[in-house]
Amino acid sequence: MKKIYVNEKWCLGCHLCEYNCAFANSGETDMVKALKDKEISPRIHVEEDGKITYAVSCRHCEDPVCVKSCISGALSKKDGVVTIDKNKCVGCFTCVLVCPYGAVIPTDKHAAIKCELCLKNACGYPACVKGCPNKAIVYEER
Amino acid sequence: MKNYVIIGGGVASASCIEGIRQIDKSGKIYLISGEGKPTYCRPLISYYLQGITDFKKMKYRPDEFYTDNNCEMIFGKAEKIDAVNKTVKVGDKTIKYDRLCVATGSSPFIPPFNGLDTVKNKTAFMTEDDALYIEKNISPDTKVLIIGAGLIGLKCAEGLVSKVGSITVSDLATRVLSSILDDKCASYMQKVLEEQGVSFILGDSVSSFDKNTATFNSGKVVDFDLLILAVGVRANISLVKDAGGETNRGIIVNDKMQTSLQHIYAAGDCAEGYDNSINARRVLAILPSAYAQGFTAGINMAGGNKSLNDEFPLNAIGFFGLHALTAGAYTGEMYEEKSDKNIKRLFFNDNKLVGFILIGDVKGAGIYTSLIKNKTFLTENMKKSLEKSPSLAILGSLTRSQKLGGVV
Amino acid sequence: MSINYIYPEFEVVRNPNRCICCRVCERQCANEVHRFDADGKVMLSDESKCVNCQRCVSLCPTRALKIIKSDCVLRENANWQNQTIKEIYKQAESGGVLLSSMGNPNPLPVYFDKILINASQVTNPSIDPLREPMETKVFLGKKPNKIERDKDGNFINNLPPQIELSMPVMFSAMSYGSISYNAHKSLALAAQKLGILYNTGEGGLHEDFYVYGDNTIVQVASGRFGVHENYLQAGKAIEIKMGQGAKPGIGGHLPGTKIVGDVSKTRMIPEGSDAISPAPHHDIYSIEDLRQLVYSLKEATAYKKPVIVKVAAVHNIAAIASGIARSGADVIAIDGFRGGTGAAPTRVRDNVGIPIELALAAVDKRLRDEGIRNNVSLVVGGSIRSAADVVKSIALGADACYIATAALLALGCHLCRTCQTGKCNWGIATQNPELVKRLNPEIGSQRLINLMTAWKHEIKEMMGGMGINSIETLRGNRLMLRGIGLNEKELEILGISHAGQ
Repeated sequence: MKKIYVNEKWCLGCHLCEYNCAFANSGETDMVKALKDKEISPRIHVEEDGKITYAVSCRHCEDPVCVKSCISGALSKKDGVVTIDKNKCVGCFTCVLVCPYGAVIPTDKHAAIKCELCLKNACGYPACVKGCPNKAIVYEER
Repeated sequence: MKNYVIIGGGVASASCIEGIRQIDKSGKIYLISGEGKPTYCRPLISYYLQGITDFKKMKYRPDEFYTDNNCEMIFGKAEKIDAVNKTVKVGDKTIKYDRLCVATGSSPFIPPFNGLDTVKNKTAFMTEDDALYIEKNISPDTKVLIIGAGLIGLKCAEGLVSKVGSITVSDLATRVLSSILDDKCASYMQKVLEEQGVSFILGDSVSSFDKNTATFNSGKVVDFDLLILAVGVRANISLVKDAGGETNRGIIVNDKMQTSLQHIYAAGDCAEGYDNSINARRVLAILPSAYAQGFTAGINMAGGNKSLNDEFPLNAIGFFGLHALTAGAYTGEMYEEKSDKNIKRLFFNDNKLVGFILIGDVKGAGIYTSLIKNKTFLTENMKKSLEKSPSLAILGSLTRSQKLGGVV
Repeated sequence: MSINYIYPEFEVVRNPNRCICCRVCERQCANEVHRFDADGKVMLSDESKCVNCQRCVSLCPTRALKIIKSDCVLRENANWQNQTIKEIYKQAESGGVLLSSMGNPNPLPVYFDKILINASQVTNPSIDPLREPMETKVFLGKKPNKIERDKDGNFINNLPPQIELSMPVMFSAMSYGSISYNAHKSLALAAQKLGILYNTGEGGLHEDFYVYGDNTIVQVASGRFGVHENYLQAGKAIEIKMGQGAKPGIGGHLPGTKIVGDVSKTRMIPEGSDAISPAPHHDIYSIEDLRQLVYSLKEATAYKKPVIVKVAAVHNIAAIASGIARSGADVIAIDGFRGGTGAAPTRVRDNVGIPIELALAAVDKRLRDEGIRNNVSLVVGGSIRSAADVVKSIALGADACYIATAALLALGCHLCRTCQTGKCNWGIATQNPELVKRLNPEIGSQRLINLMTAWKHEIKEMMGGMGINSIETLRGNRLMLRGIGLNEKELEILGISHAGQ
């Protein structure tokens, strides 16, 4: 199944993926309206290791520890995609505590968020991949 | 075809089913549950009080989970295990098992307070029924006294604070969350609760109750309308103990989740497994452990081979938007970073991360957790990078490329 | 100098209603134009550092940015134009030679734009390239004048080595050093997929790129950087660089700061040492000397590689080409005065050399007149901007075209003409690893392939319109061209009639 993969060799550290992610999941149709003067909570984030940069988002693990640790059953894995039911999530953040990639993101609303491959939002195709200027993030079968 | 019997309807029970079904798709599974409700995770009841969730959303697995997994539900209390004949007695039924999993969880511990029987409105805070009881017995003027400033007591206070007149929380310990946090961090969390109107009586204990009045050892007197007892819990071990199994604070299990009795397994809050952070047995009454233990038990019951020996304490707690995530042991050298809003404490021992406390900014905490779990050796530079922030920089380029560019 | 005589050339215009302070512009600008002010939570810019490469404009996700020419100008003067005065200020301050990059930007005549292409009507049928086969393949190299047979009457294969191209375009010389590893890789990958050739330039061939050898022209220039036996054998052809359109008569100078790591290794010179290509080849002072080098190279490669001699288009180019055609060279490459460069003295770039259109027409005619046209193939470069320029070049007599600026544009170049700073924000003309990685060869090569595929379609369309189904039939077919707005002399040199004739 298709997943998001990151090749740090080509990551420019531009952080566009974060903004494209935040926009895609904002429910807005205009990026300015969605993001202007707002603190963004993207589901992908760019990290640095010296001069190397790379984007990290949910790996949709074979054996997802977040799903296994979720107290409310809000996290589940179906068809290879780990998703979170924000109605069920109470925001205890046990998932944040256990995700080895730091890919489940706490928010100040009563729910954690995570990459769901843009399958649930209007984008329909990972916005980070679509917007990556250097193909450092790809969406493919491996 | 094997007969599987699981006693208990909690998380460890559900994960035990998932474990069994990963290996054995056809064996019969009997589930004995006393509560007569779909599986839900107990900590959710405070969120229920708060109005963040409801009983429907609280369901741990979809309604069809048990039927899809071909489980037969037996509502009732398991009274006796016969380890020789391999049967469990439930009411007038006797159920035969090939493999048995005891996932009986824990029960609230009620200390023998003087005059407790004179208190009319009182409850523990463990189950949906407790939550319903509380809901029925509060009004905007209700004065609530919670005994126990641990996780259960404080979450209860959080859930109730906007709905009642006043809340007082008392604890024998001199700080809140004494099993998870030290003085400094505890007072930090206490402040948040106090700002929301919760008052505390710490380092003190009720000497006696008289109807709606509690008198403390210090002489302090507190009037209340509703008493909530959240002193602690005790693992439900009697079934196994009575059947001749080895028990301590919990039912003693090995890394396969087997008890000392043949073909009997135990998992979840009733089991005493292995705490990797202190290299000793301990009841790890937390959800990730309950799941892992139940799942491990299930795999082994169905003939698979799975060991579980990397468990350690993990706690995610939060009040009014302030979150504290903790893990492992607080021993060794400590790195601390403090600001108005955040506390970060990392504990290093023998060039490994062994524990942490994060309050406020908890992003990426799982990266720390995985380092504890994997006992990753850390160089000074790696420590420095970790102190700055949790990131995959710690993995080094090669491992990182594999993790981010491959299937994990 | 306390007085700043020169007002910034560009203005950074940021639409505050659209800017979301994502700081992409800041992170992507190697010139450090943009910065985030945390106090005011706004982006600020220092336009004095802006080179108008438009990296920020292209990456800004909300299109909040644009770069415009500053309207702060000196008093108008048709003789002393703004640019002229500013250059004087610069030199008055620095005392140095002005440096520029890429091709001559001045408004000198572009003859390609004054030449029109013919099409068939009524009396000769046009051809639909979507329905009928069209041949764009060309072979570069010396063609024998006669067929030879042995005593039994069998053919003797007397065909010297040829370069086969799927279309009459190649990527011209750009050295590894002047452009990045990833730019080279993009060119190599694209050349391979397209069935054409790219050219190493004078910086040698990186060991990683030997695998693309069949699509590589290896260059031997006056500095002889990176030249060794394996290098000569690695390519499909060898090019002797005598001159370059952007700076005829001038050598090259790659500063020591760019001679780092693999560049130093590939060039076979110590790290940090300046790579100075002398203006002339110190062993070539005559056609006879050139012939010696041509045959040395052929000797070294067992006569299996065609040898190209590249010269800049200058006065008397026809006579020069005639000499080269007799030197044993298989291909003559002529580079017009608009050709690009990674760095050249501004005065040379803007004032030396002649247009490629005139040079090509003159050379083709001269070689035909002298009966030696088949001795060599002709490749022309120096601002071939489109498929139309290719078609016109072929009709004027070229066998193929060299493109470089167009290729760089496909890779993202915005012609800001500051290659000499080494801070190319598009990852092309730089050796800074942080900048080099901005050009992913997977993307770069695909863009080059797209561009060439598009041109190939266009070339076929134009050929079909003329009723020509093979590019070979178009070569030197000047009847297919007409001039517009050209005087008698220009038409005479170009060898074409005026439109309407």
